[in-house]
Amino acid sequence: MNRFAELLDAIAFESSRNGKLRLISAYFREAPDPDRGYALAAMTGTLDFAHAKPALIRTLISERTDPVLFALSYDYVGDLSETVALMWPADARQVDAPRLGEVVATLSHTGKTQLPKVLAGLLDRLDEKGRWALLKLITGSLRIGVSARLAKTALAANAGIAVNEIEEIWPGLSPPFTDLFAWIEGGERPEVSDPAPFRPVMLAHAIEERDFEALSPQEFHAEWKWDGIRVQAVAGTGENGARVARLYSRTGEDISGAFPELAQALCEERFGDCAVDGELLVMQDGKVQSFAMLQQRLNRKAVTPKLIVDYPAHIRAYDLLAEQGDDLRSLTFAARRERLTAFIGRLEHPRFDLSPLLSFESWEDLAASRAQPADFDTGENAQAIEGVMIKRSDSPYVPGRPKGLWFKWKRDPFNIDAVLMYAQRGHGKRSSYYSDYTFGVWRSGESGEELVPVGKAYFGFTDEELKQLDKFVRENTTNRFGPVREVAYGQTQGLVLEVAFEGVQNSPRHKSGVAMRFPRISRIRWDKPAGEADRLETLAALVGTRK
Amino acid sequence: MSSPLLALTPEGLFCPAGGFHIDPVRPVARALITHGHSDHARPGHHAVLATDETLGIMAIRCGETFAREKQAASYGEAIQLGDVRVSFHPAGHVLGSAQILIQGKHHGRQTRIVISGDYKRQRDPTCLPFEVVRCDIFITEATFGLPVFRHPDTRHEMERLLASHKLFPERTHLVGAYSLGKAQRVAAILRETGYDRPIYLHGAVDRLMEFYRTRGIDFGELRKVSASDRSKLAGEIVLCPPSAISDLWSRKFPEPVAAFASGWMRIRARARQRGVELPLVISDHADWDDLTATIIETGCSEVWVTHGEADALVHWAQTRQLRAQPLHMLGYGDEEETTEDGAEAMS
Ligand SMILES: [Zn+2]
Ligand SMILES: [Zn+2]
Repeated sequence: MNRFAELLDAIAFESSRNGKLRLISAYFREAPDPDRGYALAAMTGTLDFAHAKPALIRTLISERTDPVLFALSYDYVGDLSETVALMWPADARQVDAPRLGEVVATLSHTGKTQLPKVLAGLLDRLDEKGRWALLKLITGSLRIGVSARLAKTALAANAGIAVNEIEEIWPGLSPPFTDLFAWIEGGERPEVSDPAPFRPVMLAHAIEERDFEALSPQEFHAEWKWDGIRVQAVAGTGENGARVARLYSRTGEDISGAFPELAQALCEERFGDCAVDGELLVMQDGKVQSFAMLQQRLNRKAVTPKLIVDYPAHIRAYDLLAEQGDDLRSLTFAARRERLTAFIGRLEHPRFDLSPLLSFESWEDLAASRAQPADFDTGENAQAIEGVMIKRSDSPYVPGRPKGLWFKWKRDPFNIDAVLMYAQRGHGKRSSYYSDYTFGVWRSGESGEELVPVGKAYFGFTDEELKQLDKFVRENTTNRFGPVREVAYGQTQGLVLEVAFEGVQNSPRHKSGVAMRFPRISRIRWDKPAGEADRLETLAALVGTRK
Repeated sequence: MSSPLLALTPEGLFCPAGGFHIDPVRPVARALITHGHSDHARPGHHAVLATDETLGIMAIRCGETFAREKQAASYGEAIQLGDVRVSFHPAGHVLGSAQILIQGKHHGRQTRIVISGDYKRQRDPTCLPFEVVRCDIFITEATFGLPVFRHPDTRHEMERLLASHKLFPERTHLVGAYSLGKAQRVAAILRETGYDRPIYLHGAVDRLMEFYRTRGIDFGELRKVSASDRSKLAGEIVLCPPSAISDLWSRKFPEPVAAFASGWMRIRARARQRGVELPLVISDHADWDDLTATIIETGCSEVWVTHGEADALVHWAQTRQLRAQPLHMLGYGDEEETTEDGAEAMS
């Protein structure tokens, strides 16, 4: 566990992707089974771990340290797990530090009542980094800072194979992945006989207006970029003749459980053996609903019949990767599109339709569609369009983000000027900074002009700007509420933030009556007087509209 | 009859019966200096009494004319000043660092007061180890006066540096280390771990390295980094002032790894704030366990805390039935946090 913690610590501080890869690759070469397998599980989010609430951690430390010293320390460090890890009174000898495998095994069969004692016992045997990693894991607050893809890439590098070879068999594997590591080190490739396997997804690069000069419109297809989540719907028949259907997220996570109506549909014979790449949306009366509606269906453990009726799931197909035993991925986009059109046409399934292609002669044509989708046959669905996708007509389906084949051309976000009202301490590496900002705009209140909070943003600024914002907050604090500080604001004082966002929705839950999508700080307007910030009416007028 | 042996004045701690200040922050007639760090050793006093090494360091940092009169104190030698006797004892902080023992009447009673200056208990091959001096009143620093600060074994931190050096042989490891004390300690321990390549030095670290060398401390082959060298130092370890690791200066090195040797590196947010990629927890100050152990070992009945995280240490001392008070002295930033060396790096 200590070795794994050293790795996590090193990755967290390493800023280059290549550096992280090297650290992880080295760990996979050096650590034994099953430790490295559980480490891979932790990095890919597949580690099933007992959970403890922060309150339990507080109780454990309060039984072992002076409360005044703990309070002073916690205030100084700003992070519970880290404070406890650092001040845990440990036996300096650490004779038999538990391995990661032992920690996982122990915690997997520890009941709630035993957990405090077992956890304390493990903490006693770990060094401070080990304690930190364990506390982060068990409170579910570990942010490793590497994607599952990066971890797999590091592993693939050890064998000199392409990461997609791992992705292909990944869904059939489980922690501690001993068969996978054996293969990486020259053994047999793990047998996968999944009739509905995941196929690694092809992704697009963002494109800017100026990039178009080098591209010829005749060589490309274009379609809308729908504002849902990218999925892969796969159906097949097992050896026993039973139908198998799965819905995967773009990272290969099986999300069928959250969408039983789609899984059920895919089990119908008419789907045959297929793998469809598409966008998961909520559709009502033929109209694509907002992302907020889709969110009602995401990240849920249990799905109630009511949810399925209220937020019906739908797949809008972009691509066909496999059909009746044929792997179509080496065909051109144009050829696959023909197969897809025929396939969706044959299906005649109400939950599946085709993402329409856009006709355009020039990039200017396409720019017009992107700017005003409602004018191009999308009608009310225009709200669910995030931009356009541009795909080379001759592009094969290449997993990952290959250069020069697919592009996404997003709409420009909206901007408003808002006034900073509250700031809250951040988490993790930002725990020493006030980095979460609540901002407001003007409205006419009962006692005159007032600022009403309209949103909260904690990204979009540079590290340098973060320092400046943090300094501003500390120097202009007027009130403190726990981790939150209220800052000076009003007609003649306060800091204006330019906030970029993707859209606005009506929201009775918020005091202002509106909610912004993905707000982020795009600029600090040191120059602008707070009195000149935007008004609530401006924001309200944007409800439902898209640029 | 009831005058104190030591009093707090705007200049710093003052001994009326001896007519001297200790580590004063403003120019005074007679100053006793614990060690050469710039927050303790300032120029402009009329007379200075310090160890020979500290006088040498002050001459390098502030110029030969840093004081009109200079007197060298040997460790353990008793010196009569007015009505009190003072002596200097090793503090284990940097070369020449000393605790100062004052013996005299405190409110009419014969009393021993020890001013720790900055000190540490961890092993350091570049200076004499800390010596416990029994006393009635112990005046301690508390730079790392919170129980979250427990410095790991320095060799272990150095092994982490070497592991990174091995994993990234095409990159330059820039180790931010304060030019007085830390840089020398890091170099010496690197040699102890068997590192035998030349150690490269930033210009600001070079002079004091040379001073240590004249005092008989061996660092093996040291090379000064010249501007044209920088791009060619792949696979080398370079010692530089902490501010330099995020300076323009650092960018010319091949994919530099920014390491920083400091006790603050134990707190993740602190390390991230400075853009450090390889935090090395190596400190020249006592950690929590050593601060509390030392207070007990001095046998004192009263503790005054000069600077640092005083609240926690005072609280701890009170739970041990010791009289304790924070002095909240200003002007003693911890040099590990200030940018004194950064200023030097620019010049
Ligand atoms: Zn010092
Ligand atoms: Zn100091």
